[in-house]
Amino acid sequence: MYPFFYRPMFEVLEDGWNSFLPQNAFKGLESMTDEWRLSEVNKDFSVCSSYPSLVVVPKDVDDDALRKVATFRHGGRFPVLSYYHSKNGMVMMRAGQPLAGTNGRRCKEDEKLINATLRPGKRGYIIDTRTINVAQQAKARGGGFESEANYPQWRRIHKSIERYNVLQESLIKLVEACNDQSHSMDRWLSKLEASNWLSHVREILTTACLAAQCIDREGASVLVHGTEGTDSTLQVTSLAQIILDPSCRTIKGFQRLVEREWIQAGHPFQQRCAQSAYSNSKPRHEAPVFLLFLDCVWQILRQFPCSFEFNESFLVLLFEHAYASQFGTFLCNCAADRARLSLPEKTVSLWSWMNRPQELEHLTNPLYEANSLVIWPSVAPQSLLLWEGVFLRWNRSSKCLDEAYDEMVHIIEYNKELQNKVNCLRRQLAELETDEPVLQTP
Amino acid sequence: NGTLYLTATHLIFQKCFLIRCILHHHIASVEKLSLTTTGCPLVIQCRNFRVVHFVVQRERDCHDVYSSLLRLLRPVCFEELYAFSYNPKQNDQEREEGWQLIDLGAEFERMGVPCDQWQLTDVNRDYKVCETYPQNLYVPITASKPIIVGSSKFRSKGRFPVLTYFYQEKKAAVCRCSQPLSGFSARCLEDESMLQAISRANHNSRFIYVMDTRPKLNALANRAAGKGYENEDNYSNIRFQFVGIENIHVMRTSLQKLLEVIGTRSLSMSDYLVGLENSGWLRHIKAVTDAAIFLAKAVTVEGASVLVHCSDGWDRTAQVCSLGALLMDPYYRTIKGFMVLIEKDWISFGHKFADRCDQLDGDPKEVSPIFTQFLECVWQLTEQFPQAFEFSEWFLLQIHEHVHSCQYGNFLGNNQRQREELQLRERTHSLWAFLMSERQNYLNPFYSPAYSEAHPVLQPSTLPYHFKFWRNMYHQFDRSMHPRQSILKAILTLKEKTCKQIRKKNKEKNVILEHEQGEVGQEALESTNSERTVEGSSGTESRKQSYGELEGKHNEELAKEEPAVVSLELGVARMTC
Repeated sequence: MYPFFYRPMFEVLEDGWNSFLPQNAFKGLESMTDEWRLSEVNKDFSVCSSYPSLVVVPKDVDDDALRKVATFRHGGRFPVLSYYHSKNGMVMMRAGQPLAGTNGRRCKEDEKLINATLRPGKRGYIIDTRTINVAQQAKARGGGFESEANYPQWRRIHKSIERYNVLQESLIKLVEACNDQSHSMDRWLSKLEASNWLSHVREILTTACLAAQCIDREGASVLVHGTEGTDSTLQVTSLAQIILDPSCRTIKGFQRLVEREWIQAGHPFQQRCAQSAYSNSKPRHEAPVFLLFLDCVWQILRQFPCSFEFNESFLVLLFEHAYASQFGTFLCNCAADRARLSLPEKTVSLWSWMNRPQELEHLTNPLYEANSLVIWPSVAPQSLLLWEGVFLRWNRSSKCLDEAYDEMVHIIEYNKELQNKVNCLRRQLAELETDEPVLQTP
Repeated sequence: NGTLYLTATHLIFQKCFLIRCILHHHIASVEKLSLTTTGCPLVIQCRNFRVVHFVVQRERDCHDVYSSLLRLLRPVCFEELYAFSYNPKQNDQEREEGWQLIDLGAEFERMGVPCDQWQLTDVNRDYKVCETYPQNLYVPITASKPIIVGSSKFRSKGRFPVLTYFYQEKKAAVCRCSQPLSGFSARCLEDESMLQAISRANHNSRFIYVMDTRPKLNALANRAAGKGYENEDNYSNIRFQFVGIENIHVMRTSLQKLLEVIGTRSLSMSDYLVGLENSGWLRHIKAVTDAAIFLAKAVTVEGASVLVHCSDGWDRTAQVCSLGALLMDPYYRTIKGFMVLIEKDWISFGHKFADRCDQLDGDPKEVSPIFTQFLECVWQLTEQFPQAFEFSEWFLLQIHEHVHSCQYGNFLGNNQRQREELQLRERTHSLWAFLMSERQNYLNPFYSPAYSEAHPVLQPSTLPYHFKFWRNMYHQFDRSMHPRQSILKAILTLKEKTCKQIRKKNKEKNVILEHEQGEVGQEALESTNSERTVEGSSGTESRKQSYGELEGKHNEELAKEEPAVVSLELGVARMTC
């Protein structure tokens, strides 16, 4: 594959492979709370093949317990920490579905693990990204959900995020609608609606808002899972963090989020982004799950244009590289594969290239003003737009929009110059005042 | 819990420090819903798309409010409208100057008219020939008085072909009129001569386009009523073109359906898109835009003159002519120019604002959002060409607000003759003056005059996906739905703040320097005068606030705002703003 042959024509200032190591991220967590520990139980990927070698689990749960829990969760994906909300100490965890089956199997260690995140007397929320019907049907195939009897301290909420294969159909229809050159407004709206793409966007955003609400407003801990825990689960947990955590809205913070919640968390990029997004054939595992996530981020970016350090180009770039790239970042399906193929040694990291100042310049949002707020997007249909930057970028000329964007950058730069002038005048004023202490300034 | 006040002109809701004001004129409908456990609900729908729910505890009180509102919402004559009592504390001279801001004679001169081919005619002095046209009309040199009068007899409502826009570069003209009274076979020599005169006035082209903006079926149907369209056999040198835009009834229904859809609680994405499609609203917007593009192309590329008409020549004709001119002429994309365009093609040429905007509670079948559609077409263009317009979306919203508020005299009545009879210039104030005084609130920070020089004629794409739903118009007052942060507001605030700071610091510095030199110079005084405060009690300010306040709050739109519970105080007091 190309990334193995690619030699960078640029100087690698910071090796992206080392930028977002889990042990470094954990140091940040350690400084805020001592309720969690970094476990090496999955060191050789034998407990969970799709998890990374290091995972964050509650302090009081030992590795033996983790091994038992792994047998109770789909794909061995036992509940791990996804996000710690420093404002109130509440957490978000993610996992695969519990393998309750038709017999209603239970696993005490699993119950203990997630109960460890609850405050005394408080309930937690389990967000199952599947409808109750789908979750029931999963039982017949050995899966299922957490029953009230075994998990009395948890309230379960079911959402209706579609399975990943449905997304691929959706995308194909959307692309077809965008390429329809007929001038019929009715046809366009009808095809757009039939693709259901925007419905998916809305459902995922709503679920992420729900998770964020539980954590920030209700002050409760949350566990998120779907079936495998590798698709809709990750969409929800990463989007919820965009809403809750201002650091995820910085460039480095977002890269860290993608690394942790998608790449290291074992989203099967190789399978999902096997071919071009515009391919008409249907391989079994291909699905635009990551693209849908980026679309949701873009919706929030559009609603809060001053709250993100990165701009739309950044998101489009990530979309492109997830599908086809000279860099190794999005290769493979899990950390185990990456280690086996020695990716960090044999390929260049996308972050190495992207985080150089000359690239970052184009990806930075000129309107960005850091704030420490939780931002709540509107999920009304009227507030959600088709992501033209991706779906219509070959159909429309973006020249006018690009020029307007350049003008905006120019205005902001000019404003900075003026600000410097103001500061200069301030200094002059101060000097004048010290020279003539008897003068009163008006 | 709050208190509801009804005055002669406003409905006011007060809750502690929160005050909400609604102009009666803005109210389109009041509905009393059935009693619930909390009280009696009252739903008020406004013409600026604001929807307000109240819950009145006692049914009797609710009924009182309801019937009072119904009486207040039915002005019987124009003098009852707000414009006649609105008092911005100006003297007569200031009021007159406000009205003189826009001079259509000067505008036609700017276009290059009168010239060797076009002349100003006084045939409609005192509205003798056509009551709904302005007094000053421009016609071809070769159109004599008999031709004009004869043609006017052959046109619906006497609205004969006249010049509305002159494209100097190609000497091509855009003319407008109403449908000919041709029936199945009637002819009129004078009318045919009129069109020939228009054609001859343009040496660059052998023919003129005649654009009938109705669907062919409607035009055909009109023939049975003795009206119809121009037969190419009878009129030499014309190329006839139907450009199907639906009539006012279809547009009224379309908007109603749209509002129903977007007013639905817990609207799903699917229902939204299906509803949008079924309403047909965007389809109509596209149709008007397509027609304007056809017009602009015919004039600027082919250099042909175009005659535009619909049925009566005051709805679709106004839309297509004004939108077309906007595409062709960068002047109309400036703040002043846009006001001139509206004054010319909508106000002076007799678009029936009183009927269409339901000013006097008249025939509901005459009400139709034709002007709103025009504003939306302009907005769609500002989205495609962010640097081509001097004004921002707020300008369009503010104009729309005041078309319906009846606070200013410009849009009262149906035509110029009526406005003169009502003596509006002496008794009311001009919106244009107000807007100009606040123009800094309406500027588009991305506007580039250089862009206009490079691209004088706009060539928009009308592929369906370019048309967006104008959330900021139809959900103006829905705070849960707004862009949480507005780029427009951010950039404008940025510029404003920094400029103020610089002026202030400069002023302080100058004052100190003057003291040093022992005299207070001119500069210090000048900088005081140039410092303008932007804060004010204008509607724009509240709009600026309702946008873009960063809400670190719980998203409320998962459930719509609960209606406010009110206690009543019915008082009728004269209010001046």
